[in-house]
Amino acid sequence: MQENKNVNYLTAKESRQISRENRRITNQIEKNRNRRNIPEAEYLTNMQDDGNVVEFDGLKTYFYTDIGVVRAVDGISFNIPKGKTVGVVGESGCGKSVTSLSLMQLVQRPQGQIVGGEIRLNMGDGKAYDVARMPTEQMEKIRGNMVSMIFQEPMTSLNPVFRIGVQLDEVINLHNPEMSKELIKARSIEMLDTVGIANAEGIYQRYPHELSGGMRQRVMIAMALVCSPQLIIADEPTTALDVTIQAQILDLLRNLKDKINSSIMLITHDLGVVAEMADHVVVMYAGRIVEQGTAQEVFLNPVHPYTVGLMASKPVVNREVERLYSIPGSVPNPINMPNYCYFRDRCDRAFDKCVGKYPPYFSVSPTHSVACYLYEDQQHAK
Amino acid sequence: MSKFIIRRVFLAALIILFGAFIVYAVIRALPSSYVETIARQRATMPNSKSYADWVAELNALFRLDTDVFTGFAGWLGDAIRGEFGNSWSYGIKVTEKFADVIWYTVALNIITFILQIAIAIPLGIMAARKQYSKMDYAITFFAMVGISLPSFFLSTMLKYVFSINLGWFDLYGIVGRYHEQLSSWGKLLDMAHHLVLPVTTLTLLSIGGLMRFTRTNMLEVLGADYIRTARAKGLPENKVINRHAFRNTLIPLVSYMSYLLPSMFAGSMITETLYQIPGIGYIAFGAIRAGDIPFTMFYSVFSIVLTQISLLIADMMYAVVDPRVRIN
Repeated sequence: MQENKNVNYLTAKESRQISRENRRITNQIEKNRNRRNIPEAEYLTNMQDDGNVVEFDGLKTYFYTDIGVVRAVDGISFNIPKGKTVGVVGESGCGKSVTSLSLMQLVQRPQGQIVGGEIRLNMGDGKAYDVARMPTEQMEKIRGNMVSMIFQEPMTSLNPVFRIGVQLDEVINLHNPEMSKELIKARSIEMLDTVGIANAEGIYQRYPHELSGGMRQRVMIAMALVCSPQLIIADEPTTALDVTIQAQILDLLRNLKDKINSSIMLITHDLGVVAEMADHVVVMYAGRIVEQGTAQEVFLNPVHPYTVGLMASKPVVNREVERLYSIPGSVPNPINMPNYCYFRDRCDRAFDKCVGKYPPYFSVSPTHSVACYLYEDQQHAK
Repeated sequence: MSKFIIRRVFLAALIILFGAFIVYAVIRALPSSYVETIARQRATMPNSKSYADWVAELNALFRLDTDVFTGFAGWLGDAIRGEFGNSWSYGIKVTEKFADVIWYTVALNIITFILQIAIAIPLGIMAARKQYSKMDYAITFFAMVGISLPSFFLSTMLKYVFSINLGWFDLYGIVGRYHEQLSSWGKLLDMAHHLVLPVTTLTLLSIGGLMRFTRTNMLEVLGADYIRTARAKGLPENKVINRHAFRNTLIPLVSYMSYLLPSMFAGSMITETLYQIPGIGYIAFGAIRAGDIPFTMFYSVFSIVLTQISLLIADMMYAVVDPRVRIN
């Protein structure tokens, strides 16, 4: 292949070759996944720290597309401690949502596959499961029960042909088959009440299209929390809502989280939301974590040039600027990523060391680490 | 709701009126008419009146000596009173002849309809669930074959293989040679036996369209956010498909199937002709060729009325399957 070949052009032969190779790989993975009666031992694992709900360890989720392999998530590691909120930030397409979908095993198969790493899920009774290797039947018991998810599009995330009550009852019934119909209904109505829906009994009878966006998001939250999960994944829960409702929904999430003592994995590109909600912050860029630390550290002392740029591009009240800052350049093509710092070409602080391979993580403080050669020396000084 | 139905019925009446008029005008404009054929026959008989005299006399008898508008008005006046007259070519009351033959068509089409749904919808769902798999390609391929094959070709091939080579079925007809000697149960079985090939033909031809329609709609629904929500709830895949996805796929499917209703009664002219099943399609085709105005008019109006009813049903079914649709 020529060095200066246009990456956006594929010959028919190359395309066929890629498709064939993809099919070979995904078929192999699917075959391995679809075996019957996978023994528990295969996905049983140990938490590194029992105080974590979930530990991502070198997770790799790839998409085998017809134009090449997209490394949507390429070896990320971070932990979600019990009772804490972890914010995952990054621009569109950086792999935030894919990370959360991997944890739910909801990545679009067979194109999307978890190809490496572990997602250790603390089952609470001293056991831990590796979600990446769990068979689907086992996963179904965890979804909506131990880990549940709130999606960003409340307008389309509820099934339009079923009443709110039916959709809520379904989750409860699924994970508590011993409960009677009346009990389930009472629980649904109680939950609707908890998420701040006035006239819960009336709403129970309604169809989704009869509700506003904010109401629907409350219903989604009710649906996610009704089985008291250990972890709530909120995938941009407020993106589609207007600002006043945003604040209410975030308040609601925070209060409910404390009430049922669970953790939140908050995915957003809104730094304001993260600052308000999160205890820990993970900054992702092009499928990798570039910086992670406590919210205090990341917000008061951002170290990675990308995080610094993100902070600078956020509008601030009381500060007059001619133009809002924007990071120059654009995200590299996700196919055939270079083997050097993905941010190098956009970075205004790049220096000769950046020519080398992708930087490892350097600790700035015990809880704060960054993938940037600028901080190599600080690591040594410590 | 009732206001909606009244409005629709009124509209339907207008459409039926104009439709009937167009059909009437077209038959009157046909180059060879029933009257001319009869007149020519009678004129050749010995000691007969001349051809022109016969035409004039028959025209007066059949009320064809007027212009199209007056003729149509006369037909309409009778039709509103429920009198569709005698069929010219079959010699009995139009309604009687119709009642005689319609059941062959209905039986043929209802069996086809049920088979079509029972085969096409599960296949479509299966193809959608495993998009781009070998099974998907195979199903889509056979659907395309079914859509593309002309009915005369398919039925000829079926006849060649199953009637001529294997000898399992008769070449055509609805009853066998010894039909009259059979018990009533045997008669029924005999007819069913004769319906196998026509039903196969119609089913093979029609599943392709419905299957592709199901597949497309299922794919669209499977990509929807609420399906991801259903999976995120922990529902097993079968429930996600059969409950959450299928219920939504049903919305376009119901309207599609409502349009099949008129075709069920209107007859499958080509297939019925090929197998010489005396259904409404075959009989009506004969009537049209003979220039039999009463029968043709009755048949056309019946089809138009049925189409209007099925459209109304389609609209009402929409509201049944989709709670977002309210009729008014």
